[in-house]
Amino acid sequence: MRYLPLTDTDRRAMLAKIGVPSIDSLYRDVPEVAWLAGPVDLPPHQGELEVERAIGALAAKNMGSSAVPSFLGAGAYRHHVPAAVDHLIQRGEFLTSYTPYQPEVSQGTLQYLFEFQTQICLITGMEVANASMYDGATATAEAVMMADRVTRRRRAVISGNLHPHYREICQTHARFLDFKLAIGEPDPAGRQDLAGLIDSETSCVVVQNPDFFGNLRDQSKLAEACHRAGALLIVAVTEPVSLGLVEPPGAMGADIVTAEGQPIGNALTYGGPYLGLFATREKYLRQMPGRLVGETADVDGKRGWVLTLSTREQHIRREKATSNICTNSGLCALAFTIHLTLLGEAGLVRLAEINHATTVRLAERLSALAGCRIVSESFFNEFTLRLPKPAAEVVEQLAKNRILGGVPVSRLYPKRPDLADLLLVSAGECTTDADMEALLGALKEVL
Amino acid sequence: MADPVKGAIPAATYTGNRGLAIEEPLIFEQDMPGRCGVDLPAPAKVEDRLGGLRRRGPIGLPGLAEPQAIRHYTRLSQKNYSIDTGVYPLGSCTMKHNPRLNEKLARMPGLADLHPMQPISTVQGALELIDLLAHWLKTLTGMPAVAMSPAAGAHGELCGVMAIRAALEHRGDRRRRILVPESAHGTNPATAAACGFEVDSIPADAQGRVDLAAYRAKLGGDVAGIMITNPNTCGLFESDFERIAEDMHKAGGFVYGDGANFNAIVGHVRPGHLGVDCMHINLHKTFSTPHGGGGPGSGPVVLSEALAPFAPLPYVVHGNQGFSLVEQDDGGTSLGRLKGFHGQMGMFIRALAYMMSHGADGLRQVANDAVLNANYLMACLGEELTSAFAGPCMHEALFDDRFLKNSGVSTLDFAKAMIDEGFHPMTMYFPLVVHGALLMEPTETESKDALDQFIGALISLARRAKGGEGAAFHEAPVLTPRRRLDETAAARRPVLRWQPPQGRAAE
Repeated sequence: MRYLPLTDTDRRAMLAKIGVPSIDSLYRDVPEVAWLAGPVDLPPHQGELEVERAIGALAAKNMGSSAVPSFLGAGAYRHHVPAAVDHLIQRGEFLTSYTPYQPEVSQGTLQYLFEFQTQICLITGMEVANASMYDGATATAEAVMMADRVTRRRRAVISGNLHPHYREICQTHARFLDFKLAIGEPDPAGRQDLAGLIDSETSCVVVQNPDFFGNLRDQSKLAEACHRAGALLIVAVTEPVSLGLVEPPGAMGADIVTAEGQPIGNALTYGGPYLGLFATREKYLRQMPGRLVGETADVDGKRGWVLTLSTREQHIRREKATSNICTNSGLCALAFTIHLTLLGEAGLVRLAEINHATTVRLAERLSALAGCRIVSESFFNEFTLRLPKPAAEVVEQLAKNRILGGVPVSRLYPKRPDLADLLLVSAGECTTDADMEALLGALKEVL
Repeated sequence: MADPVKGAIPAATYTGNRGLAIEEPLIFEQDMPGRCGVDLPAPAKVEDRLGGLRRRGPIGLPGLAEPQAIRHYTRLSQKNYSIDTGVYPLGSCTMKHNPRLNEKLARMPGLADLHPMQPISTVQGALELIDLLAHWLKTLTGMPAVAMSPAAGAHGELCGVMAIRAALEHRGDRRRRILVPESAHGTNPATAAACGFEVDSIPADAQGRVDLAAYRAKLGGDVAGIMITNPNTCGLFESDFERIAEDMHKAGGFVYGDGANFNAIVGHVRPGHLGVDCMHINLHKTFSTPHGGGGPGSGPVVLSEALAPFAPLPYVVHGNQGFSLVEQDDGGTSLGRLKGFHGQMGMFIRALAYMMSHGADGLRQVANDAVLNANYLMACLGEELTSAFAGPCMHEALFDDRFLKNSGVSTLDFAKAMIDEGFHPMTMYFPLVVHGALLMEPTETESKDALDQFIGALISLARRAKGGEGAAFHEAPVLTPRRRLDETAAARRPVLRWQPPQGRAAE
């Protein structure tokens, strides 16, 4: 078997050294009743070619979004990733290393995470960032739990325009940690004022910018209202490319910024693995979840990096840790940081401008279709389109024409008939004029 | 007579580089405004719809061209140890070879470019793949259900413990105490606490296993369950596991199995037959998805009949119309959603490719060779190092620091000296139940030759330590890009981001 280097000769020699007659005798502590006499009922081993064929056959049953005109967003966005990114993250020294607990032989990982933390601070306008979390949604739930620790309060206000998955994860944690949530109504035009929901027990207010329906909103006034009441403002960003063009949450007074990092450097891969970005103010540093890399020096005085402030973490604090999280999303963070390094200041701004301009053009053309209306008052690279009929049906018909036409809001709000005609539509640098023509043409037929 | 080569080694070089050990500045120190690593066309001219929220100030990101970026990350990679570089015997981490076929398949069009919100009719192959992996996991563990969405081992723990609490609440039971052996991973107590449980720790017995009498004394009507790792972190099979599970079930609680060490028993023992109610499986350990410098992981949780109704959303079902994804739970008993979208699909592809490559026969051989390699280490090193417990061990060999007594060398010093010999250290000071623990997990993908060299190096180091060379160990490592780093200073005055030099505005 190609991944197993021991030969039968090796095995015999090793058993002789150990002083046992067989490998089975090494398992003597396993009770007989639990021991399987033969292989389980699964197929036997296969060569590379056979495995590649089998998984290739499964892939062929899907409609890959890069093969067709695609306008999907709702928290995951397709962008062109430079070839260098995927090449570099497959270097074995990155791919096959562990968490950098031994800093002398992990300076590569530690240095890129330090650079990553700095990049996250810069794009979000915040003071400190961790070395990444599972995804944007779980990072947001961690932010809510952190706000509880900081304020010692147990009631979070959640915008109705927060991505429903993000909200649902907060609800799951709230149920098991016995904290309360006040949840706003979904508001496709993005006008809802949450300040009225804040009370003296409120630990935080969670908003998304651009929000689930695409709207951009100045959160400064809400930040002031939060701070007057002693609560934190958490701003979630599901599309970090927007931060190239849009005022960052840090400049609007956010106390914690969480984001989905996938759109920079990472493939869609049907929803994971992604990476969560997490940034906050320095004064809340010690209540932060997740890993942190800090600068220091070695015994020769040379600059180097280490994991730091791990007294917050589970392997030291056990049940008193700030979070049970053990891993981050190291390799996804590497892809993110390499892509952002290649983009740099000029590239991120340009990429954001292209995304916005393309989406504005698409919005203009779609709003000219009979019975269609753009609901979002402002947007970055995704907006909400009101259709004259249920969006889910339209999307199914478009898929039959090999077009991935957008995400029907009903997929995430199935019990809200008032939202059934709404379609989330996203465009970007991958969207060609031909893609737009295809969507417009197909919609004319379907509607 | 002086060695002429030794005399020619420069004390310092102009660059600070030492041959292939090359110093590399931060990206922010290589910035040149106007330089860019991508070429993007000019955007179309439109009237913006940003609602007056256009960014007012610069971001501050550095500009590098592609050759600089490639060189930067290549140089950084060369400062890392990895499985591809050499033996990586971290106990409890299962640092096995990561097959490149798996990487290739995870990048295939039709998988890598699938959007999580595509219509279900366009992702039938993806759902079939998840269902197929679920089938392998259920078959290998002897469990009837599996929750696929948890993002990592600790996330899987959270899922399992939440399922236990949901099941208890469903029957109106308010038990809040979870028993956790002292030898457990730190994530176990942290998870129980993150789920609103009180943690009660159980001592180990002299043989490194759960102290059955102490365990039984703690059982009662307020105990929600036990979180137990088998094989345990001492590298030993909990031979009383069935009794532990049976007693817990009689007391009305549940058994959480930590599957971190499944590699030792995969294909031989089905945890479902031992009385486990739920167990997470680290796909990045047993099923070889890459550790990636600390993630991403993937931690599906197998569930018993009793806990299956409480599985998180979403999950895949198969009906007349093909596969579908249940994303809402209308008045059902699901514990709710734990993860954005549907789980770590990229890891599912890799793990399935690994399982199909080995097959039912190969997975048994995986466990066999992992256990054989660990026992070989134990047998060969037992003469110079001190084994913590009598063997045979499972997939990892545990030593304590008695062999270093009076040498002036600590477990940490010993580990750092291993780095100069070209090895990554083993897990140290864990499990906590052993003094100065050295926990070594060679995995099945190490050859006998590689192990023999590793063993030779460790014996040589142990003899040097005992032979009065202790002082040299305090300096180790000396052959690495950086020597020991000041972790105390890093924590006392945290510098967590680069700042522009004085005189340039930060924002």
